[in-house]
Amino acid sequence: MSENPILRLENVTMQFGGVVAVNNLSLQVNPGEIVALIGPNGAGKTTAFNCITGVYQPTNGIVEFEGKPIVVAHPEGKMKKIYAGENAALYADRHSVNPTPDTITKLGIARTFQNIRLWKSMTVFENVLTAKHMLAKQNVFSATLRLARAEDRQMAEETEALLAEQDLLKYRDDLATSLPYGLQRRLEIARALATKPKLLLLDEPAAGMNPQETQELGEFVVQIKEKYGLSILLIEHHMDFVMNFSDRIYAIDFGKLICDGTPDVVSNDQRVIDAYLGVSEDE
Amino acid sequence: MINKYSVRKESIVGIALLLILLAVMTVIDFFLPSYHIAVMVIKKASVYALVAVSMNLLNGFTGLFSLGQAGFMLLGAYTYAIFSIPVAKRAGVYQYFDGGWIQFSIPEFFSEFLGETIGLNMGIILTLILGGLVAAFFAYLIGLPVLRLKSDYLAIATLGFAEILRAFFQWPNLGPLTNGSNLLKSYPDFKSATGYVVLIGIFIAMIVLLVNSTYGRAFKAIRDDEIAAEAMGINLAKHKRLAFIISSFFAGIGGGMLAMYMGTLQALSFKSTMTYEILLVVVMGGIGSITGSVITSFMYIASMEWLLRGLDSGTFLGIHAPGVFKNGFRMAVVSLIIMVVVLFFSKGIMGDREFSVKGIVKFFDRLFGKKTPKNAGGDGNV
Repeated sequence: MSENPILRLENVTMQFGGVVAVNNLSLQVNPGEIVALIGPNGAGKTTAFNCITGVYQPTNGIVEFEGKPIVVAHPEGKMKKIYAGENAALYADRHSVNPTPDTITKLGIARTFQNIRLWKSMTVFENVLTAKHMLAKQNVFSATLRLARAEDRQMAEETEALLAEQDLLKYRDDLATSLPYGLQRRLEIARALATKPKLLLLDEPAAGMNPQETQELGEFVVQIKEKYGLSILLIEHHMDFVMNFSDRIYAIDFGKLICDGTPDVVSNDQRVIDAYLGVSEDE
Repeated sequence: MINKYSVRKESIVGIALLLILLAVMTVIDFFLPSYHIAVMVIKKASVYALVAVSMNLLNGFTGLFSLGQAGFMLLGAYTYAIFSIPVAKRAGVYQYFDGGWIQFSIPEFFSEFLGETIGLNMGIILTLILGGLVAAFFAYLIGLPVLRLKSDYLAIATLGFAEILRAFFQWPNLGPLTNGSNLLKSYPDFKSATGYVVLIGIFIAMIVLLVNSTYGRAFKAIRDDEIAAEAMGINLAKHKRLAFIISSFFAGIGGGMLAMYMGTLQALSFKSTMTYEILLVVVMGGIGSITGSVITSFMYIASMEWLLRGLDSGTFLGIHAPGVFKNGFRMAVVSLIIMVVVLFFSKGIMGDREFSVKGIVKFFDRLFGKKTPKNAGGDGNV
């Protein structure tokens, strides 16, 4: 494993009341890698994503991006007593860092959602253009008085280039929600790319797709990874997608890491098979 | 791809329409006395249009359900009145408070060295903007705690704020500033309805420009999906506060102009009923439609103040029936109209569409059988 991972989770635990959704999860994504996070339903994959992107403040642990800690947490207050995870005292002396999702996106981590979250009153073009707002330097006065025309034009041009690349330009002025499902997924990825990320988190990008669409999506993901020099962490249930396109896999069950390694290693691991298929009682 | 020819045509038609409006306004001002009902309706309706559009910016475009509009209007109105009453008349207005604390008048100050017309009008505009700034400042303060609330809770908190403010302004200990519960009067007014229409047109145009800028799109993103907006790097707290402050700024200016229109000012007139009236205009016009708010406020004020008056006073449309058309019947008819509108236009008269010059040009092109290329910038406008 590389010495300079782009994303590193260290002992991340997320506990809701008495439920430990993610338990002591450590993983890393190296530059240029496609890493998959797999696990049965309810294993805590999306919760792990939400801990990285600032939607949840983890109960314990550290998330590092490009070597800098972006989230630091340790059990505090009531959680100190009922904490059920591991390594409770590890970060107790560190100051907790709890950024909002927008700050994390500004650092260069963009995401898509499991259930598509496009802005429904906006057109395809506006959806991508709005994601560029974060990068705009104009303030509200210069924006209202149209003083930053050069920047406006640049934003529109970049958006059109992005749409052209995703074959979405012909739907430019259609409502985002009027697109077919597969294209909405693509548009969500395009919108995430508009924030110029270094790391892309994809939450079940192939959900609801047939094998052919899944294959195309996989090729597309590899292609954008190469083009933009991205690293990708994704959650997926389509095993052929995961096996064909990811460099490494982390498998989790009940919030705990059960196996990690290359697709070959993970697909032959007994614990992973047990987690997916279940173990019979009398063994 | 935008057709250059059609852009030029649109700007010509747009300028022509503005000139026609200006000409009509000048004619009205020239031929009708300033107390004529048409002039009064135009003044009041344009003020309501500004306030409704400012409320639409918050409720319709950012998705923050706030009911504090009357409070911010009150702030703007009082700021305007307090800083623009001529010094000579202050002793009379503040008769119970020894002429009040403040002994200068901004419009008077400007008219001294810029001349009676230009200086006075400039002073009035600057004082109105000062009123907007005061409202915006209070919006910033109140926004810090209140904007953490969502939907109905935000509405209750802002409504409470407005009511507290109204009571506070009637407090006798603040009398030297606000004249307590007595009237403030004698402050200057634009001589013409054109002044109202032009100034409010400029302010509404600024809101339109804002809504169509990158910040406006960020507001709409927050309305459509907060979680997605945040994940795309839009700072929720900052943008919500921004929308709240801007909306209050224009509500403050609207309040100042309403005070100007009414001639006398009393905190009692800024009850929550006023907020509901504006909310009614916003909802009937279409939440998220600026032209809808403007059109509806003109229709609403015109019918309330003028066209349906006869229902209260005995003769309506030439029918003389004092038995039926008596006090209160007007409100019954208005309620009926509102119910019909709500039943048949569940999204308001305009929905979330807008009237635009582009739409008008296209309409006439179609009318005269000219074929417009199908994708010459069709963005769903009427």
